[in-house]
Amino acid sequence: MRYAETGYNLEIDLSRGNIERVETDPSLTDLHLGGQGANAKILWDRVPPEVEPSSPNNLLVFSAGLLCGTPVPGVTRTSVNTFSPQTNFFSHSTMGGFFAPELKHAGYDRIVIRGKAPSLVYLWINNDKVEIRDATHLRGKGVTETAALIREELKEPKAQVAAIGLAGENRVYTSSIGHGWSSAARGPGPVMGDKRLKAIAVRGTKDINIARPAELFEMCLRLAKEIYENPNVGDVMAVNEDDSFHHDNFAWGNARVRRKGYWTKELEERWRKLKYDHMDRQTGCYNCPKKCITVISYPGRKRFGYKCYAKDTYHMAAFQELDFSYEILGIAQEYGLDSYSTPQVIAFALELYEAGILTDQDLPGMPSDVRGRFYYLMEKIVHREGIGDVLANGVYWAARQIGKGAEAYDHNTTKKLEQIPIKLGRLNPLYFLMTATGEKMATTQIEGSFPQDPLPTREEREEFVRNWEAVPNDKLKQIFLEWEKRHEMAVEASCLICDWNEMMHYVDDAIGMCGFLSSFSGQHAGRPAYHINNLPYIISLATGMDLDKDGLWEIATRNRNLVRAINVRRGLRRKDERPPEDHWRVRDHEFEQKLLDAYYEFKGWTNDGIPTKKTLDKLGLNYVSEDFLRRGILTGNEGAPSKQTSSEKGDELKSRGC
Amino acid sequence: MKGELEKNIVKRIKVNLDKCIGCRACELACSVFHANPKYSSVNPAMSRIQVVIDPLNDEYVPIRACDYSKAGCDGRRVYTINGKEYSECSFCGTVCPTRDLFKEPDSGLPLKCDMCEDDPPQKEPLCVQVCQVGALVYEEEEEEVEEEVRPDEMEIGLKSLIDKYGLEKLADTFARMSQKV
Repeated sequence: MRYAETGYNLEIDLSRGNIERVETDPSLTDLHLGGQGANAKILWDRVPPEVEPSSPNNLLVFSAGLLCGTPVPGVTRTSVNTFSPQTNFFSHSTMGGFFAPELKHAGYDRIVIRGKAPSLVYLWINNDKVEIRDATHLRGKGVTETAALIREELKEPKAQVAAIGLAGENRVYTSSIGHGWSSAARGPGPVMGDKRLKAIAVRGTKDINIARPAELFEMCLRLAKEIYENPNVGDVMAVNEDDSFHHDNFAWGNARVRRKGYWTKELEERWRKLKYDHMDRQTGCYNCPKKCITVISYPGRKRFGYKCYAKDTYHMAAFQELDFSYEILGIAQEYGLDSYSTPQVIAFALELYEAGILTDQDLPGMPSDVRGRFYYLMEKIVHREGIGDVLANGVYWAARQIGKGAEAYDHNTTKKLEQIPIKLGRLNPLYFLMTATGEKMATTQIEGSFPQDPLPTREEREEFVRNWEAVPNDKLKQIFLEWEKRHEMAVEASCLICDWNEMMHYVDDAIGMCGFLSSFSGQHAGRPAYHINNLPYIISLATGMDLDKDGLWEIATRNRNLVRAINVRRGLRRKDERPPEDHWRVRDHEFEQKLLDAYYEFKGWTNDGIPTKKTLDKLGLNYVSEDFLRRGILTGNEGAPSKQTSSEKGDELKSRGC
Repeated sequence: MKGELEKNIVKRIKVNLDKCIGCRACELACSVFHANPKYSSVNPAMSRIQVVIDPLNDEYVPIRACDYSKAGCDGRRVYTINGKEYSECSFCGTVCPTRDLFKEPDSGLPLKCDMCEDDPPQKEPLCVQVCQVGALVYEEEEEEVEEEVRPDEMEIGLKSLIDKYGLEKLADTFARMSQKV
């Protein structure tokens, strides 16, 4: 019997209309766990690098995390992976909600979708009965509207639905897949649209088995209570009305203007009132006691839910107030637009208009007020109409298609993807490494375990580390103890911290854990609910795997290197690993390159960011190193004597790591 | 016949709809507790508590499985509470043919909440234990009720025969049969 997982994949070929239930190899779980780790293995094996994202041979894989559906509170994430038309790289995307546990109860760990349907369809998974159904009547329907219509026509109110809106249907690069108030952004939306797959509905009523059920359940009763009572996990912004952090520090408009001192008590009171006057309730995801999602009913709008910084992005891009976000979110989310990147694309277009690069001819009939302009451009983008057809490809591609100097206004993308709009003064070495090398291409998807800021006194720092359960080793404790100034972090320490931060995300994405309880939530108070010291035991209880801290770290490292290898095979190199040029006003290019050198070495990668044969083989990824040698990506001479001194240093670092 | 007063423990789960966040931890815990063997598997479809959720209508109602009925209701009310419409079914725990709630997925047999009877007893039903937000609150209340005088089995049988054939016919038949013996 398989524990925690079902042991079956669902293979769907939309071109031929073929559906298969395929038993999976249990040893792959030992190597990659599930979720994104398992998806990476599938994408490496089955999508050669020459396959374009828009090819029918590109795969779209929905995978429940390994622990989804077990009693462990807060493991809800579905990893959706594919190759993104925006970046041409591995698309990292996850969504919370109820989809992953339902899929497990239906008897599948993941859905592997290939091909392209001849016309718009949706997939209906009802335990063993799986159908590809016509969806032409759902064309153009909103994300939640589609879900409601599907539930009604299937007479299955408990079906969980993931769907694309009009934006996804039209392959808008900044579209996402929506599921309730959760969404999977950064790539899979346009691919789902390209495959003409409107939605996936799933209902499952089968058992999920647990290896040591009574022990796990008892532990989870305790964990749920701790999570509920821990103010440092979950979305802290859902309950804290002081949002000076984003408004005073993040950049407004097209990631341009920092408005220090914007936030006032008066504003806070006014916005608090706006929120609570229109809030129905706060909800969350399956089997999690946190209330991260605020549900709003706004006059003339469909009810919608948001979490975290998503309530700020539209009004900050438009230099408006919260009411503008409330006004536009209900529409934008139904269209299935990602709230992080879309406002930036619109603000970018408006800057081009101000600069005379886009003219009235490009924007016929555009209103004169900024709010009207946002709606106008959103409609153009979603319908891919006129200039919207260009803007729908995201800032990077739009800038190059428009030309005439528009490239200079693309100043906030990394690896062709819109980044969180942060423009700062002095270089922060740790954030440099995370932003440059993170392959999830979003800082929020790599940061989070090590605190963002040092504590002022030695006594406070000593107190902090005394009960620091989440920390992997004494070396990292020592770094925190000696850390005094935010921007001053030694190269070696930056490598260790970056690696720890990143590894925790790779653990979470493989088991389906929410970052708000784990990898993302250690950075404020150092008290995440889940961490490298308690997760191995939890995973063992659920799955029966014999797993300890080093073992879990090794799996995360394997998954991380496999994702890197997938991208390397598609052309990713050192030259791509750079934060937006103006991310910091004061840069130190020499030091930055030194940081990259050191980090690559620490990771066991070549000077060009390619995992070495030694690194790959040690992780059991021999098939990757063989492929690299065959393709000439590796020559076999890496780690030659001239490099020896530094690579020894790398080993030393690693042993002090985890 | 007048019964005597006796003390009875009434077990009650209070449901605060405004506090429910729709996480369905109650469903999960119920299914785990009632799994056979206990705790061995998870399956919210087997839960004796179900949260009726309609996010677009902001409807979150945990309901508890009650008795089985072989027929659905002919007329159904729709309630409006604070501007939101709720079907009567949203509050009903009866296991009936009109919907799939509270039926074992494989056999279709009805499920019924037993307030997590256990030996030794649980401090409160599992759904309440896992509801961190306090949407479900357990209460026990001592209630004085009139002791019900329960008719014995034969009395029930005879009563139904009387209902069917009339007392006179029953008495005649009884007399005739007694003579034969």
